[in-house]
Amino acid sequence: MAAADELAFHEFEEATNLLAETPDAPTTSRSDQVTPQGHVAVAMGSGGSYGAEEMEEEGDKTALLQEEKPQPGFWTFGYYQSFFDVDTSQVLDRIRGSLLPRPGHNFVRHYLRNRPDLYGPFWICATLAFVLAVTGNLTLVLAQRRDPSVRYSPQFHKVTVAGITIYCYAWLVPLALWGFLRWRKGVRERVGPYTLLETVCVYGYSLFVFIPTVVLWLTPVPWLQWLFGAVALGLSAAGLVFTLWPVVREDSRLVAVALLSAVVLLHALLAVGCKLYFFQPLPSERVAPAPPALSPASPTLPGSLAT
Amino acid sequence: MAEAAESPGDRETASPRPLMRDLKAVGKKFMHVLYPRKSNTLLRDWDLWGPLILCVTLALMLQRSSLDSEKDGGPQFAEVFVIVWFGAVTITLNSKLLGGNISFFQSLCVLGYCILPLTVAMVVCRLVLLAEPGPINFIVRLFVVAVMFVWSIVASTAFLADSQPPNRKALAVYPVFLFYFVISWMILTFTPQ
Repeated sequence: MAAADELAFHEFEEATNLLAETPDAPTTSRSDQVTPQGHVAVAMGSGGSYGAEEMEEEGDKTALLQEEKPQPGFWTFGYYQSFFDVDTSQVLDRIRGSLLPRPGHNFVRHYLRNRPDLYGPFWICATLAFVLAVTGNLTLVLAQRRDPSVRYSPQFHKVTVAGITIYCYAWLVPLALWGFLRWRKGVRERVGPYTLLETVCVYGYSLFVFIPTVVLWLTPVPWLQWLFGAVALGLSAAGLVFTLWPVVREDSRLVAVALLSAVVLLHALLAVGCKLYFFQPLPSERVAPAPPALSPASPTLPGSLAT
Repeated sequence: MAEAAESPGDRETASPRPLMRDLKAVGKKFMHVLYPRKSNTLLRDWDLWGPLILCVTLALMLQRSSLDSEKDGGPQFAEVFVIVWFGAVTITLNSKLLGGNISFFQSLCVLGYCILPLTVAMVVCRLVLLAEPGPINFIVRLFVVAVMFVWSIVASTAFLADSQPPNRKALAVYPVFLFYFVISWMILTFTPQ
């Protein structure tokens, strides 16, 4: 089989030369749709059959080349279009991956695969903000049904509060996390942490599990509400921890544990804060027949979230 | 309105004609929204007068009265305006970023005109609210708003879905769904004081 070996070797060289000359994205994006399992099948003009290890090396080479290809400038529309280069099936796949975190599966490596998107984080945050405001208002409707003295009001300001809270959390916290990880990693960029976009993506998709949870918070049974919240928080935080663990485990144990607990704590704060602010159990002070001039602010709002 | 400044001598005869023509164009587009068919009229001769009229009408009807306390009331005029226009712009940008081949203003035009069913729902709700409050009142309003919500989505999807590549249609249509859902929610929860 010496002749076949020699042929294989030559084709491999030719293939890498061709890749080096034409490092354009379509080789990976098309094949990503065709072979969703993950290995990059490079469709080369100089046919031939590749062995399994050559395939993996090709995959590595194309991944490297994809990182090095010249990006369009940030002032062009094409630059931002590259962040929305996803299909419906891919978005649904990523959502499914965030709902069921598994210890071995790193969200970034397994689902994003060098192609993070902004569509998911942006629209999941928008949906969550509106769902929070709408279901929070619905609990007021249900409370009025139980206790007719409660006065119903549309509470439109809660939409603004929800939007600002969710968007700030889902975009500023990843920014801080990314900055911190970059600072810890120093200059080792090759083995570096995730890019900013990947961090934003992980956070954005991890918030998806809260959307059905918020709807389930309509049930009037308090301990059930806290149970749903705990389950959702567990799933969401687990996804974040499993994704961040490969990056922080090389650091000192103290920093790793501190970072992961800070991430989980912030996530828990968000969940509990939203639950308490948008789904307030209504005390009798809410019954406000007084004219507006007398009571400008409700005393039951948590001080930190008063608008 | 560009032809209005043709010549100073003809000012009395020239200015009413473009206004009537524009009004007729707006009215024709309203008809196209109410009976959505696959036609290109909305896309080809886009204009933003219709969306502006609809948005102002909706915001005027939805704004809270001045007696409402600031904290708990419905949306203010500016809030409705911001939601409608920023929502439409965001959806348009989203559609273009996903690779749709519809122009910016065409998309704004379609989204704005398809608010017409919901504006009709708002008018009907206000009339129904004049009657005695109660569960039947609410059920009637819910039914009307739900039907108009579906009508809006069907009308806008008929125009917008074709401009997207087939494997991304759902990604482009979902924000439209969210947009009209929020507007429907504002209409349904409107309570007069």
